[in-house]
Amino acid sequence: MGTHMAKTPQKPEPEEQAANIYEGSIPLARLKDKDIYRHVMAVLVDNESGVLARVVGLFSGRGYNIESLTVSEVDKEKKLSRINLVTSGTRQVVEQIKAQLGRLVPVHIVHDLTDEGPSVSRELALVKVRGVGEKRVEALRIGDIFRSNVVDSTTESFVFEVVGSDQKVDAFIDLMKPLGLVEVSRTGVAAIARGTKGVQE
Amino acid sequence: MPDTGITEERLNGAAIVLKALQEQGVDVIFGYPGGSVLPIYDELFKQNSIRHVLVRHEQGAVHAAEGYARSTGKVGVVLVTSGPGATNAVTGLMDALMDSIPVVCLTGQVPTHLIGNDAFQEADTTGITRPCTKHNYLVKDVDQLARTVHEAFFVAKSGRPGPVVIDLPKDVVMALGTYTEAPKTSAPSKQHTAYKPRVVPDRAAVEAAVELMRNSKRPVFYTGGGVINSGTRASELLRELVKLTGFPITSTLMGLGAFPAADEQWLGMLGMHGLYEANLAMFHCDVMINIGARFDDRVTGNLKFFSPNSKKIHVDIDPSSINKNVIVDIPVLGDCAHVLEEMIKIWKEKGGSKVEAKAHKTWWRQIEEWRARDCLKFEQKGKIIKPQYAIQRLYELTKNRKTFITTEVGQHQMWAAQFYRFEEPNRWLTSGGLGTMGYGLPAAVGAQMANPDALVVDIAGEASILMNIQELSTAVQFRLPVKIFIINNQYMGMVRQWQELLHGGRYSESYTDALPDFVKLAEAYHCAGLRVSDPDKLDDTIKEMMSINKPVIVDVLVDQKENCFPMIPSGKAHNEMILSAEDTTKKVITGEGLALV
Repeated sequence: MGTHMAKTPQKPEPEEQAANIYEGSIPLARLKDKDIYRHVMAVLVDNESGVLARVVGLFSGRGYNIESLTVSEVDKEKKLSRINLVTSGTRQVVEQIKAQLGRLVPVHIVHDLTDEGPSVSRELALVKVRGVGEKRVEALRIGDIFRSNVVDSTTESFVFEVVGSDQKVDAFIDLMKPLGLVEVSRTGVAAIARGTKGVQE
Repeated sequence: MPDTGITEERLNGAAIVLKALQEQGVDVIFGYPGGSVLPIYDELFKQNSIRHVLVRHEQGAVHAAEGYARSTGKVGVVLVTSGPGATNAVTGLMDALMDSIPVVCLTGQVPTHLIGNDAFQEADTTGITRPCTKHNYLVKDVDQLARTVHEAFFVAKSGRPGPVVIDLPKDVVMALGTYTEAPKTSAPSKQHTAYKPRVVPDRAAVEAAVELMRNSKRPVFYTGGGVINSGTRASELLRELVKLTGFPITSTLMGLGAFPAADEQWLGMLGMHGLYEANLAMFHCDVMINIGARFDDRVTGNLKFFSPNSKKIHVDIDPSSINKNVIVDIPVLGDCAHVLEEMIKIWKEKGGSKVEAKAHKTWWRQIEEWRARDCLKFEQKGKIIKPQYAIQRLYELTKNRKTFITTEVGQHQMWAAQFYRFEEPNRWLTSGGLGTMGYGLPAAVGAQMANPDALVVDIAGEASILMNIQELSTAVQFRLPVKIFIINNQYMGMVRQWQELLHGGRYSESYTDALPDFVKLAEAYHCAGLRVSDPDKLDDTIKEMMSINKPVIVDVLVDQKENCFPMIPSGKAHNEMILSAEDTTKKVITGEGLALV
C-alpha cells in the first residue's frame, strides 16, 4: 500500500476553482495529475444488511486501496450509518471512487473531507506493552507524553489507551516497539469537517 | 381514513408479490419453478393477468427478460428458485448489468431459520449477486414485500437501468401480511430515501457543451446505448439535433438504431470492428460529442492515442462513467432525452454554428474520402457463401418488415452489426459489454413474446447457438416463431481470427468438431430446419424461412476462412486499422497488445 508515499493534496489554485463552474466538472489539470494522494471520506448510508459488503466489495472488485474503514450507526431514527474511510490514489481514481460510492443505491451522500476544507480526524488504539524495570518505566513515561491512559496493568504489563490522529498513534506504536510491544488494537479513523456545517447540509 | 396505501386485507406473501407485479404493469414472467418458489407458482396458477414463460435453463430466463426489456423499453421480470436456480441466473444478471438493461429477478430462498445452515438448495444469493446487480434485497418480513417489489422496479428502471434481485425466503412468501400500494408519485424523492439519480442537466454544463459545438470545425457525434435506454423520445431528439447541426454521427454497438443507418450523416458503427470512416472521424475530430456511451475499450482502442486533438463532451446519467476511461472537457450529468432537448433549445437560441460553412465542407470532404475506401467491401464469387453476403441478403429480404435482430457473440455478431442496417431503436438486441455466447436465442424468445407479430431473427454462430440451444423447446411450447440464422463456419470464428493474428495460426480448440446436424436438431425440437450452402439458393432459403410460422433453424454453410474486418488490432489506435486480410501482414500485433483481450 502506498500509505507513506501518499501526499496530502494542496489547496486548488484560485483559477482552478473558478473553472469549476458546474456540477460534475473537475479541472483537467487536477484529473491529469498522476501523483498519489491520501483522502479521508465520510459516507452516509442506510443502515441495512449488506451495505458494508457493498462498499468493501466495490473497493476489492475495482482494485482500490482501503487504508482504514470504520462504520457505525449514527442516527437510530433514520437508520443511518456513517462510514469513514481512508484511501489513496491519483485524482482520477479518487474521483472515480467517489462516483462509484455515490451510485450505490443505499448511499445518501459522499464527502471528501480532504478536499472540502479543514477537518479533524481521530483514532483510538489499545496498546499492550510487556516489560520490567527501566523499560517499564520508560513505557509509562512515553505514555504520559502522549497523554494516553493506562486502562489495564499487571506487574509486568500495561494496556495504554491512546487517542489522536493516526500519525500520532503510529508514532506511539513505533516508540513502544523496543519497550516490549505485544499487541495493538486500533479503531480506524473517525473524521469530521470543522466549522458549523453538517454532513447532510 | 387517511390514504396510507395499506389495505387491511391479509394476504400470503406469494399473493402480495403477484399483486405488486400486477400493479407494476407486468404481463410476462420468464422463469423456472423449484422447491422454494412453489408458493409463488401456486399463486401464478390462480390468476390470469400475468403469463409465465417456462424457460429450459435459468440463464435463458434472464436473457429472455433482457430481450423483452430491450425490445419494449419496459422492465423484464424473472422468477427462479433458490440455489442452482439463482446461480444459473448469474451470467444473465451480469449481462444485464454491463448493458444497463432493466430486469427484476425474483429468487427463491430457503426459509429464514435455515439460512446459513447449508440447507438443500441454499446459496448466498444476495452475496453472490451483489457485484452483478445494480442492487439486491433479501426480504425477511412479509410486510416489507410489496414495498420492496415497488422499490426494486424503481431502482431497475431509473437512472442508469440495471438488474435487481429480490431474494424471497420460503417462509416469508407463505406468511400472511398486508399489501402496500406503489407510491402514487413519480418523484424520485418519494420512491427512495437515498437513491435519486440526476435526470435534468445543469444548464451551465449544456451551455458550455453547445458553445464548444458551435465553434467546432471537425465535430463528430459518438452515441451509445444510453440514448436507447432513455426511451424513443431520446432517439427522436438525437435525429433532430444531428439534422440541425449537420454533424456526422457514429455509434457504439449498443447504440445502433438510435439514428437511422440510411441517413447520409450516418458513418456506421465505430470501434474494434467499426467502419474506417467512423474511427478516423473519431481520431481526427476537434470536438467529440459523446451521448450515452462510456468510452469502452472496444471503442477507444489504445487510450494513449485516442482522439488526441479533440475537446470532449460527455453526456451520461451515471457520474461514474464520466472521467473513468477518458478524461473529458465538458461532463454533462443527466438523462439523454433531457440533455438533447436542452442542447437543441440552446443551439437554436444562440443561432447555430459560429464556424464558416467552408470548414464543415472540408471536414465532410475528408470523411467522403475515407468512405470511398469502402471498408466493408467483400467479394461474393464462386460457390461458397461469404458470411457477409448471408447477412446482407437477410437484411435486404427482411428490411421492409418489422424485424428484431438478436445475436450471439463473435464474428457473426460483428458482421451483423456491420451489414444489418437499423433504422429504429430497440430493434437490435446483442450482448455488448459482457459478450455472452448463448444470449441470442433466449433474447429472441423474450423479444418475440413482447412483439408477437414481428419477425425476430437470431443471427447466430454454430458454436454460440449450442450454449442455450435448449430454449428452442421454450419457443416451441409458447408458439414463438423465432428464426435462428446460423452463420456456420465450423469454427469459433473470432477465437480463430485472434489465433491467426496473434498466435501464429495455432488453432487451439477453436474448431467445433462433432457438430450436430442442425436440420435434424430443429426437427427433433418440432421446428423446421433448412440448410443452404449455394449462394444462388440463399434468397429462396431466407424467403422460405420467413414463410414458416414456427421456429426455424437455417444452417448457412459459409466460407470457413473469412475474417472480420476492418479491425483495430489490440493495443493499436483508431488510425491503425487493418482493412483486409492482405493488410494483416503489415500490421503485426506485438508487445502490450498481446496481453489485451
